[in-house]
Amino acid sequence: MATEHLVLGQEQGESGTRKRIANDFSINIATVNGSGSQSANSVLFKSIFGMGVPVSGKNLFPSNIAGMPTWFVIRTSKDGYLARKQEAEILVALNPATAREDALALPAGGVAIYEESLNLKQYREDLVFYPAPFDKITASICPEAKLRKLVKNMVYVGVTAKVLGIDLGVVEQCVRQQFSHKQKVFDLNFGAVKAGWEYAQANLPKQDPYVVEPMDRTAGQIVIDGNAACGMGAVFAGVTVVAWYPITPSTSLIEEATALLKKLRITPEGKATFAVVQAEDELAAIGMVLGAGWAGARAMTATSGPGVSLMAEFAGFGYYAEIPGVIFNVQRTGPSTGMPTRTQQADVLSTAFLSHGDTKHPFLLPGSVKECFEFAGAAFDVAERLQTPVFVLTDLDLGMNQWMSEPFAYPAKPLDRGKVLSGEELEKLGGFARYRDVDGDGVGWRTLPGTQHAKAAYFTRGSGHNDAAGYTERPGEYQAVMDRLARKFEGARTLTPAPVAYRDGQSKIGFLAYGTTDFALRESLDQIENELGVRADYMRIRAYPFAHAIHDFVASHERVYVVEQNRDAQMASLLKLDLEAGQTVKLRSILHYNGLPIDARTITDEFKTREGL
Amino acid sequence: MATATVNGAAGPKVNRIGLPIVEYRGGKSTLCAGCGHNAISERIVDAMFEMGVEPERVIKMSGIGCSSKSPAYFMSRSFSVNSVHGRMPSVTSGALLANAALTAIGVSGDGDTASIGIGQFVHMMRRNLPMIYIVENNGVYGLTKGQFSATADIGSKLKTGVINDLPPIDTCALAIQLGATFVGRSFSGDKKQLLSMLKAAIAHKGTVLLDVISPCVTFNDHEGSTKSYKFLQDHDEPVNEVGFVPSFDEIEIDYDSGAVYDVAMHDGSHLRMRKLREDYDPTDKANAVRTLMEAHENDEVLTGVFFIDTRQPTFVDRLNMVNEPLATLPESIVRPPKAALDSLMASLQ
Repeated sequence: MATEHLVLGQEQGESGTRKRIANDFSINIATVNGSGSQSANSVLFKSIFGMGVPVSGKNLFPSNIAGMPTWFVIRTSKDGYLARKQEAEILVALNPATAREDALALPAGGVAIYEESLNLKQYREDLVFYPAPFDKITASICPEAKLRKLVKNMVYVGVTAKVLGIDLGVVEQCVRQQFSHKQKVFDLNFGAVKAGWEYAQANLPKQDPYVVEPMDRTAGQIVIDGNAACGMGAVFAGVTVVAWYPITPSTSLIEEATALLKKLRITPEGKATFAVVQAEDELAAIGMVLGAGWAGARAMTATSGPGVSLMAEFAGFGYYAEIPGVIFNVQRTGPSTGMPTRTQQADVLSTAFLSHGDTKHPFLLPGSVKECFEFAGAAFDVAERLQTPVFVLTDLDLGMNQWMSEPFAYPAKPLDRGKVLSGEELEKLGGFARYRDVDGDGVGWRTLPGTQHAKAAYFTRGSGHNDAAGYTERPGEYQAVMDRLARKFEGARTLTPAPVAYRDGQSKIGFLAYGTTDFALRESLDQIENELGVRADYMRIRAYPFAHAIHDFVASHERVYVVEQNRDAQMASLLKLDLEAGQTVKLRSILHYNGLPIDARTITDEFKTREGL
Repeated sequence: MATATVNGAAGPKVNRIGLPIVEYRGGKSTLCAGCGHNAISERIVDAMFEMGVEPERVIKMSGIGCSSKSPAYFMSRSFSVNSVHGRMPSVTSGALLANAALTAIGVSGDGDTASIGIGQFVHMMRRNLPMIYIVENNGVYGLTKGQFSATADIGSKLKTGVINDLPPIDTCALAIQLGATFVGRSFSGDKKQLLSMLKAAIAHKGTVLLDVISPCVTFNDHEGSTKSYKFLQDHDEPVNEVGFVPSFDEIEIDYDSGAVYDVAMHDGSHLRMRKLREDYDPTDKANAVRTLMEAHENDEVLTGVFFIDTRQPTFVDRLNMVNEPLATLPESIVRPPKAALDSLMASLQ
């Protein structure tokens, strides 16, 4: 089908006297979960991306397999903002259960594309209405009744693409990519897209101002979710042992890692250079990771809040016995079971001090899918260098949503396997003491089980031990180990990814944030500058323990807003434990914790109120 | 009855890899004098020595409790993890994934296994993890001064007079049902039987579960206890007489094949079980479980090898890993090349 003549952007005058709004709006697609809308949403998302327009997609889904409401929100942003926006201007309504609520949530002048039987006009009049008989259109092109539920989704893709001026040729390519191996499936699905498109062309003249116009902002970019990026990062970091227990929203991280391991890490003889084990629970998963780390493997697990809680005892064992391991925590909304399919950054404090006693853990905070890939590798290096469990904290928003990104760069540095003594080295040394600080960095040398030397073995225990790994209850010996562990932890300040400073550092006002809050904060900083005339500085925290630059940042500003997605100001609290007493009074918090990803307007409004502007 | 031959001219006797038994000894035990656990440690030393196992290839694993302290008291030249309570199986699993060439021997207790550790225990059994799992079973918590454990028998009495009224968990019956491939029970006081079973265990590929009744002389060795030395001496009923002929032992002893079950082990050695109970077949899973259930009803403490199956793949076999330990594979093997990343990036555009 020739598509050139269908490019809607060329239609003129149909939006009346209203200004055209190009590439700066959100589309909320309301469906029922389990109806197969994911492929359709992905096609729509990729089509906008394919037109060169910066785009982000957020799947707001229930903790359920079928029958409950789900929303997919696509944001187009000519300015490249990828955070969630508070409102969506365009609604695609296919779920009768939420249609009224969804329609009422639209701003005045918003657009409703909907199954005509939902009759959204009954709820309000100040919208642009595009009703379409989706079921009828579907039935006309899909004789097989049982496929109609799935195919119907592609009909709304066609209608929406036509209304918003998305190039049908680009949509065709995306459908082809989605169903790359199956011509029949492609024919059926693209047939549905075209049927929707043709219906809209014949029956739904353009009356609203929103259009997708071609740009060149996505050339060379990739689209990936954070979980896939973490999994990929782990594979390129040489992970060999993966032990895990399924939990939303971390499961796809392991699935991606496993798929890549099977693809990239099978020898020509057909043997695996890895082991992936689905454990009986998170206690076993972390136990396997530490067992493997003790024996010298690069081992990892991935989990979320409830799993992290279960791992607490072992985390302390790993800290005290000094065993490397990497734990990805894709944070979800707590406490307890909380809202498993909603996002939060509320495991900061529990991760920092996970387990009883004087235990503390380094953690890394990727702020993009690219950093998911990079920090996965960094986490293994830090874990083996410091011989300790290292956590990577992402969240559901980063982990399970699609993000555009520069392509990932191949790791520049070789793997850092840390301080490991071979049998030959032991022969020269005449022996070793496992927990002795011979290099002044608080990190002892270790041997791996199986090392062929009569003096290679040592006894690993979570009970009190001296620097030769012997059991002790002597006050001095115990305390010496604890003091060395504290010195070792200090080293993590410089071994972990350094914070990133944005802007020029001239302002009296500073912002600190981490992880996915970055997307909203960067947009908010532009709003604050453009609307309030305040040009504030910003530093993004990328790891704990805090780099010295974070102390300097606080010291060089009068007021520092810590923006984060939890109720209890967890990162601000952690900062207060680390900063000098005189500096802590500078911190104030902007918090967002309703389960949805934070948005820029929330930050801007709160800042405005707090500053009395 | 064949055992490993120990040769040596002058000086201490050495085993087949040239090591004297002292190289298999551990630190001084801090357990109570007369504790059954110490006798078990001694048998482990004897078995590893006689089998000529390289100490550096052995990992000694444990959880928490009196029993779990004992890896410090044997084989100082072997690596060890005294982990957290009830979690020995997972740590051992991880270590074997990292290096499948290691020989794992774990020492746990009845609390560490049958109460806090029952979850990991059952999953380890069903995976057939190649490991010798010893339960040093005394029916009580020693380190916390004598509470009943989940293996205590109904009617057994504590020193304080408290009578146990809950049925015991039989770790052997459980292990057989779940998929362990070598399951037996012994008594810390039966040197000969325990040593033979340990040597066979070393030769076995797969999960070995040895429940060893090991009386607690401080908290559970009194009149009325069903885990006392006296009770065991009176109630120990072997189902078979266990003999082990290692592959490197050239001595052949004639035996009456009708009276003995002979099982060829993976390494070419033989486990020979002389029948003491009428036609007890240690390869019949259902019968093994039934026999154990009946013994409980008759107040008998059965010992011997209850079940053996040398045909099942182990947890490690199923993972189809390369022969080299995963732990030490070089970067060139474990980090895919740049072209692989480039191709992935292209597919995401």
